[in-house]
Amino acid sequence: MVSILDIIGPVMVGPSSSHTAGACRLGLIARDLVAGTPQSALIELHGSFARTGEGHGTDKAIVGGLLGFRPDDERLRDALTIMEKEGLPYRFEKTTLGPEPEVHPNSVRITVEREHRKHVMVGASLGAGRIKVSQIDGYPVEVDGSSHTIVLVAEDIKGSIARIAGILSDDGVNIATLRLTRKHRGGDAFMVIEVDERPADSVGADLKALPWVRWSHRIDKVGG
Amino acid sequence: MYTALHDAIRDAEARGVTLATVALEIESRDQGRSVEDIRSALGRALAVMRHAVEQGLTGDLRSASGLVGGDAAKLRTGPAGPLAGTVFRDVLMRALAVQEVNAAMGVIVAAPTAGGAGVLPAVLLGIAQKEKVDDTRLVDALATAGLIGAVVAHRASLSGAEGGCQAETGAAAGMAAGAATEMLGGSPAQVGHAVALAQQGTLGLVCDPLGGLVELPCVFRNATGAAIALAAVEMAMAGVEFAIPADEVIDTMGEIGREMDVRYRETAGGGLAATPTGRRLAKDRLTQIKRA
Repeated sequence: MVSILDIIGPVMVGPSSSHTAGACRLGLIARDLVAGTPQSALIELHGSFARTGEGHGTDKAIVGGLLGFRPDDERLRDALTIMEKEGLPYRFEKTTLGPEPEVHPNSVRITVEREHRKHVMVGASLGAGRIKVSQIDGYPVEVDGSSHTIVLVAEDIKGSIARIAGILSDDGVNIATLRLTRKHRGGDAFMVIEVDERPADSVGADLKALPWVRWSHRIDKVGG
Repeated sequence: MYTALHDAIRDAEARGVTLATVALEIESRDQGRSVEDIRSALGRALAVMRHAVEQGLTGDLRSASGLVGGDAAKLRTGPAGPLAGTVFRDVLMRALAVQEVNAAMGVIVAAPTAGGAGVLPAVLLGIAQKEKVDDTRLVDALATAGLIGAVVAHRASLSGAEGGCQAETGAAAGMAAGAATEMLGGSPAQVGHAVALAQQGTLGLVCDPLGGLVELPCVFRNATGAAIALAAVEMAMAGVEFAIPADEVIDTMGEIGREMDVRYRETAGGGLAATPTGRRLAKDRLTQIKRA
């Protein structure tokens, strides 16, 4: 469903909605996977991101997202300088993630580490600032950043979805969509839960307290 | 949101209201937000558009590659041409200004995209200044532009990588022409003609940026796109009708985009990007960016 505010927007730092605003949103999502500014990051650019990214500020935009700047934040222009000043060892590499069209031309793999956490995501910028995260830690997912989202990995036990839904509903959070994927039967289940309201920090704590939840993260809405 | 301008025009005319009114009502229902809330979001976009115009007119912005910048200021202070002192020159100046800000990593409103962000603010703010249009009507105009853009997104494309520049500055010209026509008191049917007149004038326009950068010719395509929008507004307000309905012109844009060779869809493989000078400039400038 196309919204007027998608057309008259986003408000963003130029020059390209796909190479700059979308790239920044991908950085913001990677940041949320480690719940803060990553202490180290490997940013592997694919396709058009690798070829024309520098001229479009894609490198600055992704780093800006990792630093927590949103697409309309003028600090994006100076994100690489800020990164160096903070002594953050973020590295860029050019790569081929796979053949097109299976892999979108504006794709990136971002590996982030902070404290004891380390996560890898693959995402693409689809145009007009829209994005899609297609993989987190090797699990196939679909996160577009247009809703607040909870991602979690749990042991594949009966009733897990009901327990999780219960915790969310107790907090007054309405589930918009829920997708579950697993690598094999009885293996860990990867859940992507898009919700209408931003879940409170206590929800994350309650989810993590479940003995069969290995980890869970809240990914804040980055679009709209 | 509507997927055909025809339906929106029919509903607005049946109720004797503007396209902005019907668009805001549908948006409110689709998004579960109040009309007031949507209007304030559009008001914030308007403020960013104004700021970008002002920033671009200072003339001291340069893009990452140095390929563009400083031309908006030339239209403000440079020698007079046949359009000096008219809204036309003012609109060209504003379109260049916004797009120069965009190329310099300044803050703009992607409307519909960053690459086509100069057209809509240039046409609306240029006309608004001359005709003393207040912000309420400007916000209405943005809603009408959003409706037109949503129809283009649904029926064709708003991405240069998918449909060439006709899908970016072309779509922006259609949005600006329709929105300005309504802002000046044109009927919903006249808005439809304005959209068709503007979009037909940009059919087939390729996306051929040097080095793949949103700079050259993008900055100037915004100015010429705004010029086409103004021409469409002038004709539509005078009662000129375009025989092919806007929806069908938009469908045609989509069809041409799908048939367009990949060289002409933002890949810098053809068009101006592939000229001897285009290739040389792109190579020099990309080297410069890497050194910086």
